[in-house]
Amino acid sequence: MGLLSDPNRRRALTKLLTRLNAPICVMCYLAGVAWFMGLAFEPFTLRTYMSENAMGSTMVEERFPAGERALATGREFAAHKKKVGGMPVDWLVKTMQSRGLEVFTQSFTRKLPFPDENKERYMVRGTNVYGILRAPRAPRTEALVLSAPCSEGNNNNQAVGLLLGLAQYFRSQIHWAKDIIFLVNEHDLIGMQAWLEGYHHTNTTGGDWSPLQGRGGSIQAALSLELSSDVITSLDLVLEGLNGQLPNLDLANLFYAFCQKIGVLCTIQGKLQRNDWDTTSGYSHAAQTMMLMVLKQASGRPWGDHGLFLRYHIEAASIRGINSFRQYKTDTTTIGRLLEGMYRKLNNLLERLHQSYFFYLMPSLSRFVSIGYYMPAFGLLAVILLLRVSFHLWDNRGFYFYLTPSSPGVLSILTPVVISHMTGVALYTLPILSQEMAVQHFPVSETEAVVLTAIAIYTAGLALPHNTHRLLQGEGTEEGWRVLKLVALLYLAVLLGCTALINFSLGFILALSLVPIAAFITPHTPKALSAAIMVLLSPGCTLLYCVFVFQELQETPVSLQDGWMLFLSVISQGILDHALYGSLVYPLLALLIYPCWLLLWNILFWK
Amino acid sequence: MAAPLTLLLIVAVTIRAVLFRSSLAELIPERVEVVSPLNAWKRVVEGLALLDLGVSPYAGDVFHETPLIIYFFHFVIDYAEIVFMVMGCVFLLQFRKQKYALEAERYPLDCLELIRTPKEMYYIPLKVAMFYLLNPFTILSCVAKSTCGLNNAVIALFILCTVKGSSLMSAIFLALATYQSIYPLTLFAPALLYLLQRLYIPVNWQRSSFWLFTTQYTFMYLGSLCVMVCLSFFLLSSWDFLSSVYGFILSVPDLTPNIGLFWYFFAEMFEHFRLFFICVFQINVFFYTIPLSIKLKEHPIFLIFMQIAIISIFKSYPTVGDIALYMAFLPAWNHLYRFLRNIFLVSVVLLACSALFPVLWHLWIYAGSANSNFYYAITLLFNVAQILLVSDYFYAYLRREHHLTHGLYLKRKDGSEATLVLK
Repeated sequence: MGLLSDPNRRRALTKLLTRLNAPICVMCYLAGVAWFMGLAFEPFTLRTYMSENAMGSTMVEERFPAGERALATGREFAAHKKKVGGMPVDWLVKTMQSRGLEVFTQSFTRKLPFPDENKERYMVRGTNVYGILRAPRAPRTEALVLSAPCSEGNNNNQAVGLLLGLAQYFRSQIHWAKDIIFLVNEHDLIGMQAWLEGYHHTNTTGGDWSPLQGRGGSIQAALSLELSSDVITSLDLVLEGLNGQLPNLDLANLFYAFCQKIGVLCTIQGKLQRNDWDTTSGYSHAAQTMMLMVLKQASGRPWGDHGLFLRYHIEAASIRGINSFRQYKTDTTTIGRLLEGMYRKLNNLLERLHQSYFFYLMPSLSRFVSIGYYMPAFGLLAVILLLRVSFHLWDNRGFYFYLTPSSPGVLSILTPVVISHMTGVALYTLPILSQEMAVQHFPVSETEAVVLTAIAIYTAGLALPHNTHRLLQGEGTEEGWRVLKLVALLYLAVLLGCTALINFSLGFILALSLVPIAAFITPHTPKALSAAIMVLLSPGCTLLYCVFVFQELQETPVSLQDGWMLFLSVISQGILDHALYGSLVYPLLALLIYPCWLLLWNILFWK
Repeated sequence: MAAPLTLLLIVAVTIRAVLFRSSLAELIPERVEVVSPLNAWKRVVEGLALLDLGVSPYAGDVFHETPLIIYFFHFVIDYAEIVFMVMGCVFLLQFRKQKYALEAERYPLDCLELIRTPKEMYYIPLKVAMFYLLNPFTILSCVAKSTCGLNNAVIALFILCTVKGSSLMSAIFLALATYQSIYPLTLFAPALLYLLQRLYIPVNWQRSSFWLFTTQYTFMYLGSLCVMVCLSFFLLSSWDFLSSVYGFILSVPDLTPNIGLFWYFFAEMFEHFRLFFICVFQINVFFYTIPLSIKLKEHPIFLIFMQIAIISIFKSYPTVGDIALYMAFLPAWNHLYRFLRNIFLVSVVLLACSALFPVLWHLWIYAGSANSNFYYAITLLFNVAQILLVSDYFYAYLRREHHLTHGLYLKRKDGSEATLVLK
């Protein structure tokens, strides 16, 4: 408490902080980055272990025999799908009924705010079919979900076949204590959204769907299956859900444990685990896996059909079969046995999965970094902002200054703040509102119109400082920019802190690019150079780099031209994700981060 | 003076009206930071419905308002939104008048620098009104239709009457505030001290005039409290409300998370320690009255501020509306500004915590990935910041008094510049 009440000791501390401010800040930044990179180094990570007792030691014997029959069902499904030209609802209902399930359908329609060019859809109309296997041994208060998407073309037919095969096999077993819901959803996430909202009686995004006629108990866990070939080389686990939410780590542990037991190659982010952690290439492999996870999580979009379950407190993951050129192949029977084992274990759950971690990063499937280990990396970056606050707050003798009651008028600070936020609101609302007008006047499609309007508004914001000053009478003072900078620093610190709590990856990436400019921008730095650096580190450019880095890490490097096209499509996807599923990344960037960056831009051009 | 006040009033009412009509109006009353089981509008509606059906509103463990409130709302239910706005305005009007009265205080004239100029004083009511009406906390609690606004209005009326020196009205409003939520009981001491000071009666145990006035004031206070309680009894013809309102406040059976310190502690506690710790926690709220009254007996108005702040920090079901009440006083002490040391740190922490409350709530309740410890950590930090704020003001007040008597620029015995150190 002496620090809070004794002026002499306080002065010593503040003197130290102000004199060594810049070196400490640089040190913190480097330490933060180093800490983050160190997370992928195996001795610094923890080995995954099963925390949930109910899934731990119980013996499960997997006996699923009917892989071939499942594939045959899958082929039949494909034929009917081709005939109908979409979801073969009648055939699915009939088949599920013949396997002894209670079958229901749900139809939904959804009009997208603008056409989705990646998936070529605008007016979406579809049907979900689901069958419930009622638990024979328990009061049916809980349920598990197994879902497979009905995709366009020849994709995922095997997944539906295996789902039906498993349904038939599960029906003959007597030890199910939870309802098992077999769901075939059309139009991937849009169908999933309709089904989940129907199941839970909510309607958050204004979709139009028919109510569900049948329900099981409260859903404890869900797996989404994606399988497009008869044999596979490996199974990939996808965890990242909406807004960067992750399922409980025990679900990943369960998957990994069964892959080990049955002998299936398993990957995460499409990367196999390697044992040579002490070599450079081994480390860089782990680092790449982790960076991929960070980038995917930061994007805030669901990376598989499971992504929307997480919003309802349901632990969910997608399992994706991958068929590459490797010699060693796994057949469908084995995948069936793996899924059987997982469901048998999930069936044993006595309470929701909660024992293990919810905040983690995975450098490989058997290693994880928990929140306690990765948060310091962010903390080291965030502390720079606070150090800079103290620097601007105290003079060299350790007294407060610039915060005297006679400090610049509220108006001169409030004007840039309000105008920046207005620009943010424009960036958030105008692209979708003005698409019709843009299409009429320019030779572009609706999607291009939305993306280009967004980029135009974003760029127009750069002209802001000059217009802000026209609104203000008189010159900006020296104290004026200092107070504005103080406000911007604190604002950014709170903003990034909150973001990092919800979605660490997004917070960290934004901190990585925004903290340096926030820390060192003043009106007295060389204008042209600082402006160039600021633009290069602005949120939009960060997104562009992320696109390139992501492609690079996935080992599918793209040319500049393609990268730019990809960047445009990422923007449109971000806006669509927000409109369709309620992803928060676009509003966060448009309404809060971008205005904050504009405040810093204002400081640079303070006159 | 009137023009800015009117403008302020229009702005404040507009903000509230817009929020009432927006989609946020459904979200805000669900926030645990804004409403507590005591003052949630949803519960008042429930109580009214029960009353209309001829059932005691206290049947069923939902309604915890006092009987007078429910009858009050019974008459004005259709105009509820307007009532909440009017309460805000009532608050404003009081401070307008009250602060002029403060001018009457005289300080020893040895340090001109420290005396507030009349010009500064002139703007204080406006600043106070601004701090209250435009405080996001007040706006939130008004939009949530939390009955906390009513309690704040009653306390404000009490302060106004006290400052104007009308001891009867002061006693009545104090009784009303106590009747509403028990805790304002601790304001009895400062009110008495202030009224004594106004009548030039020294606090002296031997003087009969001191005892006479004290008895008189106590009698008025207890009398009006008694009338209110009996009135409640005759309205409902049962004593149910005593256990349901005061028992509920004192024994803290509802452990819904809020911004206070009680819920986590008592959720974790073994049942057989509960009674003991409830006593400790509740005595904690009342206990500070004695040392503070002794230390600040010359400055009853500041004592009122300290008491209100302590109540709003340590009470069993605090909401942001309570915090807004004592924060409205801060501009009145703007002459202490130069002596505050942690104000920046504290305000930053308070701001950050306010932003983190919804985030951690989301992570805990909706995402299911965090747990109650995360939320309680922020609650704890929030309260520590508030305590720091109050103690900082307390220290600054004492220091200013010291400077008023000893001169602003202190010298050591050897002539060098001295600094005051609080240890």
